[in-house]
Amino acid sequence: MSILGVEAQILEEVDADQQRAQSNTVAVPDQVRLHRRRSGRAVAGVAGGVADHLGVDVLWVRIAFALLASLGGAGVLAYGLLWIFAPQQPDDARSISTRERQQAYGLIALGAGLTVGAGTLSGVVSGWVAGGIGVALVGAAVVWREADQSQRRRAKGALLGAGGRPALFRVLTGATLVITGIVLFLISSIGLNQVQFTLLAVLAALIGVGVLTVPWWLKLVRDLGEERRARIRTEERAEIAAHLHDSVLQTLALIQKQAEAPREVLRLARGQERQLRSWLYGPSGYGRAVDGLAHGTLSDAVARAAGEVEDTFAIKVSHVVVGDCELDERLVAVVMAAREAMVNAAKHAGVAEVSVYAEVEPETVTVFVRDRGNGFDPDTVPDDRHGLADSIRGRMERNGGEIRLRTAPGDGTEVQLNMPRAKVTT
Amino acid sequence: MTEETQSRQPVRVFLVDDHSMFRAGVRAELDTITDDIEVVGEAGTVGEAVAGIGHLKPDVVLLDVHMPDGGGAEVLRQSRKATPDVVFLALSVSDAAEDVIAVIRAGARGYVTKTISSQELAKAVVRVADGDAVFSPRLAGFVLDAFADRPGAAPISDPELDLLTPRERDVLRLLARGYAYKEIAAELFISVKTVETHVSSVLRKTQLSNRYELSRWASDRRLV
Repeated sequence: MSILGVEAQILEEVDADQQRAQSNTVAVPDQVRLHRRRSGRAVAGVAGGVADHLGVDVLWVRIAFALLASLGGAGVLAYGLLWIFAPQQPDDARSISTRERQQAYGLIALGAGLTVGAGTLSGVVSGWVAGGIGVALVGAAVVWREADQSQRRRAKGALLGAGGRPALFRVLTGATLVITGIVLFLISSIGLNQVQFTLLAVLAALIGVGVLTVPWWLKLVRDLGEERRARIRTEERAEIAAHLHDSVLQTLALIQKQAEAPREVLRLARGQERQLRSWLYGPSGYGRAVDGLAHGTLSDAVARAAGEVEDTFAIKVSHVVVGDCELDERLVAVVMAAREAMVNAAKHAGVAEVSVYAEVEPETVTVFVRDRGNGFDPDTVPDDRHGLADSIRGRMERNGGEIRLRTAPGDGTEVQLNMPRAKVTT
Repeated sequence: MTEETQSRQPVRVFLVDDHSMFRAGVRAELDTITDDIEVVGEAGTVGEAVAGIGHLKPDVVLLDVHMPDGGGAEVLRQSRKATPDVVFLALSVSDAAEDVIAVIRAGARGYVTKTISSQELAKAVVRVADGDAVFSPRLAGFVLDAFADRPGAAPISDPELDLLTPRERDVLRLLARGYAYKEIAAELFISVKTVETHVSSVLRKTQLSNRYELSRWASDRRLV
């Protein structure tokens, strides 16, 4: 074997390994599927595939097919169907000994003889008809085998070259045999008048075309599925790449530019970390749960509000939510009020961190927004500052909730929001 | 909280995290920020960590929750028998309740998020070394959730372990609201020592209670 040949073989083996690995990881169901043998086959590798699947010697399978052929051609029919519906193995390096090959051909001859013999003996079909069908079947076998071969060549790349003229010759031979078989079958169907004969001929021609093109339309269906899977994978990869580019990479670039401003770097890093996390694990993100239960819950809304304030004011808002429930109008009001309280803390408290705690109880929802900052005297708030008065208190009281404020100059501020929950209508 | 004094031996800390960058960062922070802490070793895999902890016998192990080959919980399982005196403090970027609770149940004495400031981390290390539990607000929230009376919760087999007392619940709520021990003590009119006792008791219950099946726990957060 030349160096090139050795290389080619190594390459092939690597390919086969990769394909095996792929079929082991990606397509788990494929392990339990029946695959036809690609090499070491007499006709189409069906018997070998069945043998591999059942874990018996291939000789017994071939004998079984040959014997089954005597039952009105059941063996032939089974073989043909398996040929059509069992895909070829990706690749296997198996050699077939001359003796085994002779045995196989002998058994094929035996099966064919048994089929014809049984058919004629039982008088179901006359010899001519059986002969016609037999010739057509052999032709079909030749054509299908050629299709298998061409598929195999594609799998091996350009190593063997295209099928070329011999392949074309074989396909034409097969087609001729099929047509001959059909003609024989028609001629032997005696006692037909003109019209019936023409109809039958047309029908037979259509059947012939169908038989001949089986490999092609099967391949079409398989290729379509394969292509669709590949497209989904590619799209997914593109989506991930685009997302990372728009978010993480941009932020990293910004961080490098802003290296002199630690506060800005912190803000960018915090915001990006949160976004990436919600994209990976969040309810509407990349790893979203299939059921939409987690969508539109109080904990989501609180997290969102905290995140917005974090981004806008470059401070840390750590939030904890205990229990959870679906959002309704009242709870949206609570979240908006809480957000306003966070904004106030961020603006006026002069701290780097605000704590938010929300608890869902059967009767009420309570939210605390707390900072350890400047604090203030509620009585001396200038009239032009409406944040607390309007946004928070108004929002809560309109919806039947209440607000408690604990603050004193130099003592930090804690806003407590209580909202009775709407009765659950079942 | 114990007042730190200069006369005491520095706390010997061992870092376990599969990201070398993070280890280097924590090491630099802890070494520069305080003399009370000395980083004596670090490891990036479960095997290295178990070997290093067995060999160096540190006071405190800072343990990443997420690592290949079983994560922090696995390090705990393998190290607890040989070195029962070593204290573990879990560090994580994870928001997943079941991960955090799993590490606590495997024996960690506290949990802080990786975004914690260096000062806070140093304080937490000294506190677990003194035998306290360290509950970040997030962990307090997880534990409250875990002990909630939600429909479908596992039946209470041992009231001593499976229920939080009202006082413990109050302490946890204040922790989740971001209160320090001193502030909690003032709020509830109890001593700081009593707050510590409550927190330790909550930690013990979290580690020993069979109230909830952790595997199921995160998936059915209380939607009441």
